[in-house]
Amino acid sequence: MKSVKVIVSFVFTLSLLSFPSSGFQSDELLVDDEEFGLEGSPQPRSPEPILTRSPPVTAPTRKRHSDLDSDSKIQFSLEHAFGDSDFSPAGTFSARLKTWSHGGQTLTKLRFSRNSFTDEDKEKFKNLLESDDFYRIRIPSNVLSPPGRDFVISSVKARCLPREGLDEHFVIHMEGVNVLAVNYGSPGCCPYPRNLKFPAKWSFSSHTVLKNSEQAPRAPVFSEEILGGENAEGEVVQPPERSFWAKYWMYLIPLGLIVMNAITQAMNMPEEQASGQGQLYLVWPRPLNTEINLCIKILELEYFVGSRISEVKL
Amino acid sequence: MPITYAFLLFLIFSSLQPILSLYEDQVGLTDWHQQYIGKVKQAVFHTHKTGRKRVVVSTEDNVIATLDLRRGEIFWRHVLGHNDVVDGIVIALGKYVITLSSEGSILRAWNLPDGQMVWESSLHGPKHSKSLLVMTNVVIEKDNVVIIFSNDRLHAVSCIDGEVLWNKDFEVESLEVQKVIQPPGSNFVYVVGFAASSHFEMYQINARNGELLKHESAAFSGGFSGEVSLVSSETLVALDSTGLILLRISFHKGNVSIQQTPISNLVEDSPGPAVIIPSSIMELFAIKINAVTIFIRVTGTGKLEVVEKANHETAVGDALSISEGQQAFGLVQHAGRDIHLTVKLAHDWGGDLLKESIIMDQQRGLIHKVFINNYVRTDGSYGFRALIVMEDHSLLLLQQGTIVWSREDGLASIIDVTTSELPVERAGVSVAKVELNLFEWLKGHMLKLKGTLMLASPEDIAAIQYMRLKSSEKSKMTRDHNGFRKLLIALTRAGKLFALHTGDGRIVWSLLLQSLHKSEACQHPIGLNLCPWQVPHHHALDENPSVLVVGRCGPSSDAPGVISFVDSYTGKELSSSSLVHSVAQVIPLPYTDSTEQRLHLLIDADKHAHLYPKTPEAIGIFRREFSNIYWYSVEDDNGIIKGYALKSKCDGNVADKFCFGTRELWSIVLPSESEKIVATVTRKLNEAVHTQAKLIAADQDVMYKYISRNLLFVATVAPKASGEIGSVTPEESWLVVYLIDTVTGFVLHRVTHHGSQGPVEAVFSENWVVYHYFNLRAHRYEMSVIEIYDQSRADNKDVWKLVVGKHNLTSPISSYSRSEVVTKSQSYFFTHSLKAIAVTSTAKGITSKQLLIGTIGDQVLALDKRFLDPRRSVNPTQAEREEGTIPLTDSLPIIPQSYITHNLRVEGLRGIITVPAELESTTLVFAHGLDLFFTHFAPSRTYDSLTEDFSCALLLITIVVLVAAIFVTWVLSQRKELQDKWR
Repeated sequence: MKSVKVIVSFVFTLSLLSFPSSGFQSDELLVDDEEFGLEGSPQPRSPEPILTRSPPVTAPTRKRHSDLDSDSKIQFSLEHAFGDSDFSPAGTFSARLKTWSHGGQTLTKLRFSRNSFTDEDKEKFKNLLESDDFYRIRIPSNVLSPPGRDFVISSVKARCLPREGLDEHFVIHMEGVNVLAVNYGSPGCCPYPRNLKFPAKWSFSSHTVLKNSEQAPRAPVFSEEILGGENAEGEVVQPPERSFWAKYWMYLIPLGLIVMNAITQAMNMPEEQASGQGQLYLVWPRPLNTEINLCIKILELEYFVGSRISEVKL
Repeated sequence: MPITYAFLLFLIFSSLQPILSLYEDQVGLTDWHQQYIGKVKQAVFHTHKTGRKRVVVSTEDNVIATLDLRRGEIFWRHVLGHNDVVDGIVIALGKYVITLSSEGSILRAWNLPDGQMVWESSLHGPKHSKSLLVMTNVVIEKDNVVIIFSNDRLHAVSCIDGEVLWNKDFEVESLEVQKVIQPPGSNFVYVVGFAASSHFEMYQINARNGELLKHESAAFSGGFSGEVSLVSSETLVALDSTGLILLRISFHKGNVSIQQTPISNLVEDSPGPAVIIPSSIMELFAIKINAVTIFIRVTGTGKLEVVEKANHETAVGDALSISEGQQAFGLVQHAGRDIHLTVKLAHDWGGDLLKESIIMDQQRGLIHKVFINNYVRTDGSYGFRALIVMEDHSLLLLQQGTIVWSREDGLASIIDVTTSELPVERAGVSVAKVELNLFEWLKGHMLKLKGTLMLASPEDIAAIQYMRLKSSEKSKMTRDHNGFRKLLIALTRAGKLFALHTGDGRIVWSLLLQSLHKSEACQHPIGLNLCPWQVPHHHALDENPSVLVVGRCGPSSDAPGVISFVDSYTGKELSSSSLVHSVAQVIPLPYTDSTEQRLHLLIDADKHAHLYPKTPEAIGIFRREFSNIYWYSVEDDNGIIKGYALKSKCDGNVADKFCFGTRELWSIVLPSESEKIVATVTRKLNEAVHTQAKLIAADQDVMYKYISRNLLFVATVAPKASGEIGSVTPEESWLVVYLIDTVTGFVLHRVTHHGSQGPVEAVFSENWVVYHYFNLRAHRYEMSVIEIYDQSRADNKDVWKLVVGKHNLTSPISSYSRSEVVTKSQSYFFTHSLKAIAVTSTAKGITSKQLLIGTIGDQVLALDKRFLDPRRSVNPTQAEREEGTIPLTDSLPIIPQSYITHNLRVEGLRGIITVPAELESTTLVFAHGLDLFFTHFAPSRTYDSLTEDFSCALLLITIVVLVAAIFVTWVLSQRKELQDKWR
């Protein structure tokens, strides 16, 4: 995907760089290798509406491709309408129809030649710009037997098109020889409060992209081994990884606290004693108590020893 | 490091399953479940001892059920498949219910006490025909025999084991069998019918072995039409093809004779053709001319005489033998607000066995069916009860002049649901007839406290549970702080609106819509949509909210439409009108007028848009936004999707300024030979999205969600593969999905799944769509997810740009800008096939989402959206794990605890609706089919509220005790200190 993007952007910049200020351009698309590609092929053209004149560059490519027997050249027309007017011819798409060995047919080299606007068209387009109306185009839904079931229509607010000249961008969605849809619009953005702006030059620069359906990614299929391996790994690895600290932190922390507490107490003790020397009254009872305690303890001990001794005697 | 690892793992797994399941004692706290059966088609009372309290019914929703005659509860119920229509039911041997279904090809016997299936046999025949099921009293080798005519063949089947004893074909071409009759006490059956529409055919067949005893036919040049009525076991009445002449056809002892009587001879002013009301009452039948029902007696000599003309709506029940040679039948007539139930003897019109008058709710409409049953009263005389089916599909039992019970079975066929807020609680408004007094409140809290401290006895626990379930808090008629209490407004197929309280599921009001009532102008009205019309909040709080009901007179899309407006609080129809135009589409617009009425566009079959409400203010608002309104249509049958903009005027009639023409802006033509549209899904209009950006922790990156309201998901399959699963090979089936911008018609994404086929169920939310289909190659169901990200906003993540203000985050987004979208997708296997799919929706969209899947087992399963994340990988990195990415698996797990319907089933599940509550964590889920189920569901647990069993009293007491303890100890310490100082 990334490589495609790079190619597209590269080709795009290339095409932008190489646009001369001419009345008419034709873009060629190479779809043989990539999913879609874009090639700008600037052709200096006269502003007169010439329908049938084909660009000179196409000759060698056609020759190259005519070697393949399964190819045939086809044409289908682009029609446009200003607002609600009727559709009239506006240009021609020509492409190579490639027939595959399994019977499928695809279009490969799409090129587009657009008729220039007549004065009448210009007038109509100006009206569209002023009323912020739609510029509509249509192409047949089947390129072999136009118009197929119906025309595929697309439209754009006319104010989106003018830049330097008139910039347009076609994305034609194909399925075999059927045109499903055409996305028609300006190549860049068209910010919402659309301002009225007349094009400096009444010439179209067209970009066409042919798109075929993508394949969906398939659901991942896991084999049993991977799952089993993962499980085994999980079982083995987990126990040794736990360190001593990880295991016993809940015991260690309270222990540490206790120790620290004890230390601080021990540190405080001498101070307390030192500070408590003057207070005779307060210190007094303590030895008394200990004495009593001691006495009791001694008594207990005696009693205990005595009982022991009696046991031994028995 | 290992600690954090372990801790993270723990975190992941603990957060992975936010306890979806509930404890046993939580069942029924926030959820309720109601069971219905649908409109009753046939009812059979059981007269034997054991089953005397039961009635067996079959319904139009293919349900066979037995109901308790005392309370109307369901003893058992079986829902047959949607193509397994029940043709007839009988009770055999006093213990079996025998049903004929699936166009007369499947015969089943069910055990009456418990509903277990005893046997099943399939009946085949040469061609499709009317299906008749007759219980006979013929005994062949101790077997009772049931005789079935179906698929143009007569079958005799043993009641004991379902064995086909004999069958018989009829040679006559185009024989339309009308009746199979067994005269009482005989060993043969009559099979009567019409052949070539002008011949009456009678076959007398030995019921023991299927031998043809006699075949007679009689020609009648006038032809026959419609149904027949049986007036004795050897006489029937039919109408000729014009509907003006009554034909009495007698085949006594095998001799066929046809006697003609023009209706005009009987009824002086008979304006039009008559229709026979099919019945089988001795010596009596009924015909209907326009709205008048005429009862005609057939005397023994073959004379016809009119006994009564009833101008009111009348329903006639079938005959019921009450004693030797005596038949009774029921008759229900409407008279204003009342209905009159009359039970008459067949041979004596004048003598009424029973005459009762019952006040009937007007919202139930007309009576459609009556079934009569008799019983012996305590004083030894005969009593009668009647089971009646009303226009709104409700079922009622009448006995002793009162309605013993009623069932709102219209709720089994909900078409559309919307919700409405309840009124705000105000000082003046008395709403709480159920408020508790202080003592009870205290008692309740003491009990709760005991429960918390584990001191409660079993009785106390029961009392606590009862209190929780019957909490008056949840069934109040006012708005609550959490937004749990709402009204669910449901439109049913019968054209009735129900308002259900979310607290306990009770019906607050119901309304049989007059606009959807069958009338001269509107013969087959059907409801289409239910939209919230007026949702008052800021400046129109005094007004009641209302809903808009859109319907249509007839099944075709060019039939004229009808609309009506209904007050959501009172259930009164505010206004209704039949429209001059048809209704193909209803589009709620995102604009409201000063009284908070939402603007709606109704698109008719000629693609004209009609604006509602028809007020100058609405048109003013509409004109302002005129150029920004686009709409689209999907033509399923020819595979064309079209987008439109509006024109300022209608093409034809200039006078109507609320009518707008449309112009086609774009079209997508799918090749008809390779693609057929099977599903289209859009985002919910009122969905809240909390954040536009998605942070991807793995590479410290931000992706912007492509959040457009104008996205349409379309799924197409190969036309060959639109049938059953397995009807095509993987090579010739594919599934193509599209994401289409409905303003410009741009195909933003298109992807093909080879070797896959429908049915496709999909749900679209925020920037993702999840769809479910069958993968033929893997022989499994699959669910795929597509997430759409906006690449054109990707450069906004530069902080410096944000600081300097050079970002385009605040600029309006136009569909005409060429959008650079990036999609991410992934497929997973899923075990179930599904009936419906929905997604949880919360008030602000902060809570993580879960998918709600209506499984084939009629349950609702919650599945975390994170399982359907396209960014799942086999070994997620540390950062991804922190983010909550689940390691990749090939199939989606089904966690048994995550069935939100817990142990209940929503039979015949058709739809799941989620409504956000005010509380951000909670969404209200309503699943409907034959049954209704409602619950509160918190996709990430109720993180913003205390749990239900949290005891406030305990907390208060603890605080009080602590404060008291502080005071006591403070006083004590004071005293101690003083003493110490004095020492």
